[in-house]
Amino acid sequence: MEAMKETVDQSLREMRETFASGRTRSVKWRKAQLGAIIEMVKDNEEKMSDVLFQDLGKHSTEAFRDELGFVMRSATTALNCLDKWVVPRKSNLPLLFYPATGKVISEPYGTVLVLSSWNFPISLSLDPMIGAIAAGNTVLLKASELSPNASALLAKLIPSYLDTKAIKVIEGGPDVATILLQHQWDKIFFTGSPKIGKIIMAAAAEHLTPVTLELGGKCPTIIDHHSVSKDMKSVVKRISGGKWGSCSGQACISVDYVLVEQSFASTLIDMFKPVIRSFFGENPKESGCLAKIVTKKHFQRLSRLLNDPRVKASIVYGGSMDEEKLYVEPTILLDPPLDSEIMNEEIFGPILPIITLRDIQESIGFIKSKPKPLAIYAFTKDENLKTRILSETSSGSVTFNDLMIQYMCDALPFGGVGQSGMGRYHGKYSFECFSHEKAIMEGSLAMDLEARYPPWNNFKLNFIRLAFREAYFKLVLLMLGLTKGVRK
Amino acid sequence: MTKLLKINHHHTIPFAGGLYRTTTRSNVASLALATSPFQFSSGYCSKTCIPSRLKLVSSTCYATLSAVVKPQESAFDGKEAALLVDELRTSFNTGRTRSYEWRISQLQNIAKMIDEQEKSITEALYQDLSKPELEAFLAELSNTKSSCMLAIKELKNWMAPETVKTSVTTFPSSAQIVSEPLGVVLVISAWNFPFLLSVEPVIGAISAGNAVVLKPSEIAPATSSLLAKLFSEYLDETTIRVVQGGVPETTALLDQKWDKIFFTGGARVGRIVMAAAAKKLTPVVLELGGKCPALVDSDVNLQVAARRIITGKWACNNGQACIGVDYVITTKDFAPKLIDALKTELKTFFGENPLKSKDVSRIVNSFHFKRLESMMKENGVANKIVHGGQTMEDKLKISPTILVDVPEESSMMQEEIFGPLLPVITVSKIEDGFQVIRSKPKPLAAYLFTDNKVLQNRFVENVSAGGMGINETVLHVTMKDLPFGGVGESGIGAYHGKFSYETFSHKKGVLYRSFDGDSDLRYPPYTPEKKRVLKALLSSDIFGAILAFFGFSKDS
Repeated sequence: MEAMKETVDQSLREMRETFASGRTRSVKWRKAQLGAIIEMVKDNEEKMSDVLFQDLGKHSTEAFRDELGFVMRSATTALNCLDKWVVPRKSNLPLLFYPATGKVISEPYGTVLVLSSWNFPISLSLDPMIGAIAAGNTVLLKASELSPNASALLAKLIPSYLDTKAIKVIEGGPDVATILLQHQWDKIFFTGSPKIGKIIMAAAAEHLTPVTLELGGKCPTIIDHHSVSKDMKSVVKRISGGKWGSCSGQACISVDYVLVEQSFASTLIDMFKPVIRSFFGENPKESGCLAKIVTKKHFQRLSRLLNDPRVKASIVYGGSMDEEKLYVEPTILLDPPLDSEIMNEEIFGPILPIITLRDIQESIGFIKSKPKPLAIYAFTKDENLKTRILSETSSGSVTFNDLMIQYMCDALPFGGVGQSGMGRYHGKYSFECFSHEKAIMEGSLAMDLEARYPPWNNFKLNFIRLAFREAYFKLVLLMLGLTKGVRK
Repeated sequence: MTKLLKINHHHTIPFAGGLYRTTTRSNVASLALATSPFQFSSGYCSKTCIPSRLKLVSSTCYATLSAVVKPQESAFDGKEAALLVDELRTSFNTGRTRSYEWRISQLQNIAKMIDEQEKSITEALYQDLSKPELEAFLAELSNTKSSCMLAIKELKNWMAPETVKTSVTTFPSSAQIVSEPLGVVLVISAWNFPFLLSVEPVIGAISAGNAVVLKPSEIAPATSSLLAKLFSEYLDETTIRVVQGGVPETTALLDQKWDKIFFTGGARVGRIVMAAAAKKLTPVVLELGGKCPALVDSDVNLQVAARRIITGKWACNNGQACIGVDYVITTKDFAPKLIDALKTELKTFFGENPLKSKDVSRIVNSFHFKRLESMMKENGVANKIVHGGQTMEDKLKISPTILVDVPEESSMMQEEIFGPLLPVITVSKIEDGFQVIRSKPKPLAAYLFTDNKVLQNRFVENVSAGGMGINETVLHVTMKDLPFGGVGESGIGAYHGKFSYETFSHKKGVLYRSFDGDSDLRYPPYTPEKKRVLKALLSSDIFGAILAFFGFSKDS
């Protein structure tokens, strides 16, 4: 650990020196690094797919959709838009201050830390880095030790493609994270659980470091079967794809549970079965299309959740597990007890509880009684219900009639609220996430207004009163001595 | 329990009568009693300029408080705080604060309150800080009023969802960004602009549709009690509250779950606030301070530059402002000329005897008076005074004081001065000033006086600060179009104008999809063909996507 401390010190010193030299501020440097990220992913597509398969059993198509392709697109967007993003924003100043001008400049924070997570180890590492680089920062990445092959690959590839004096990778677990957090950073970007998020923020407070916390939560899906009865096939497909097709439900924006009216529950369950079979075949374990559970610890957590006798009794589909292969079958529960652990912690696995309500309108109250999730999904064509969801509940995002794809839409800010996190990124928001907006007012020394300065008198008070109201005509009268009192 | 509470365990402070909530709404008069020296020292706890660590400062507090009599039960404890938050959350959950009508009516009431109560507000500010009426009007009332009017005018626009373009990947869909209120928020304000720094964030919180609790500073007791009284008279009591008090009350408040904490004050307490917020994952805005430099080139219009520096120092709450000029950097050759100009203009502004001038605020309390006095008397500093230096302890007045080249290691150059002392640091070339600024933590504001465009650009590029004024001091803060906030040691987050609204809103991404155009390539079982189409789609290569798509359908 002493050696690690030394490495961290050394890396930080080097990054700070690089930042102070001003190199990372130039748009040319930023573009070169972004281009290199794209190149890195392109050149190493196979290797990256391999490590994702080793760490998580992700199929290469799934890996490409959720990670490699996503990262390349994100970097391309940044590359294409950077010239637009870095332009200072002009702002209007009141006439009174003529000839002053105002503008806002985005300046890099300095040296930033990115702590990523194991479920999408490539995209959750590179995507924030793209923002940090686009904004002109030096950046250190610590990828998760729970996806060791991805972490090792990034540690190997990043130095051979990117500016090693400005962009660094350090591998390790919680002990290394602890060392990193003892140092002062200019911004910390964390993806993970609320529990660790609290520790990160408390450590950041010590140095007054701003944080972005991308956490998770129990993301509900509302099915209003009355209004989408014609499209139920698509609904079930989309939910199945979102739950089991993306890292086996080990995603922060995955569906955690489904809310549906009681009368429709059995129909719904019957509709799920063939879809799951068409996705993963008769034996999902061998399909190669279902990601595995990341570690033994996480497997045991899931099996504990499922082995609660009351929960076990609620299994209506699936439920088999294989500890050796870290495999959990796509599983559906019907109305597990609301006080069970599975209904109170983020499931983060291929188990889908269906919670029944008498009336789908009750879903609003149900969601409101729980911490704010990262995403709410709702399948409905009922405008009234849409409006209620939007205005009465709170969540990081809301997606109607689909799942997960809000993540792909980089025109939308991505980030949580309350327990699901703070701060946002993606697209331009990534750039903003790693920039300080510096306000600048440029005055001129040529003109000066006497009324701004002491000694104070009534004339000056009246002058300022009018000036604040931008009542220019009255100001002229006042200055000509044509008016005495000024109405408040 | 927060660290703040731990300090408090060492010394419970009897805030004579200063500790009740609006709901108790008892005798305002008793607040006049709340001017004990203990309270002042406790004030140092909540607004300090020393960037050092908790232990050191808390022991300072402890020392100054050793004379405190008996520990006394605080009227507002954790239990009361929890009740208050519950009550406000219940009101928030009814949805009443979300409506445009509610927000507008509250904002209009604030505007009305400022108009009708101008006199009593100005008087309270005079009582707390001897703030000259016009300065109070200029810096606090008009500023707050214009923020309020802007919010009233723009609210509809701010609240409108923003429609954004979606990409090919998510086609067919439409997307919006909807602003939603965060919930129940806490505003902790400071004593130096006790009206502005309380009401301006509250305006933002209300515009965004939140329920809000304001904790004004106990170091400005007259304004604090006036705010409590006025808020309960003018605003919706079920959703907008004032809690008065000092460290124990703040601690009780910080232990609650908020949806945002907005804090104005010193960096030390800023850390405590953020650490407390971390426990509940509450986002924070920290408006802190720092040593704001003014770099003065030799090509400037001397008179105008001198006046603007004076405005940014002494006419701005007598240097007790987070964006006030802390020190000046200029060239060795130019320094004497600049100092002469400053002296001349000081005389026109405040007369021969500035200690008697009504146009300059006093030092807030005897604790800060002593702090500034000892700063001035430090070894190697006292002999650097070239102007002023007179003090009047009973009136808490210190005359505008200029010093030249005080040692870098003196506390005057290490801490935020927050008072009427202006050190002038000389450098041989003006560019050397950049290094002086960069060797210190990032300030809330940095000022430059020059007509040299090249130097202006270099300054903007090479100096990091919350905001900047070129040939101006302080004024950038009144521009509602500019975000106001710090970076690094000077704070986190920004507000003013639309930025206030955004600070208290969550930007919710909303994606609308239809059921048309659902393609199988999104779903397992995964095949190489699906990957090919996805690849083309993700790179927005529509032509490639179509080709691949047809290729794929042929194969299947």
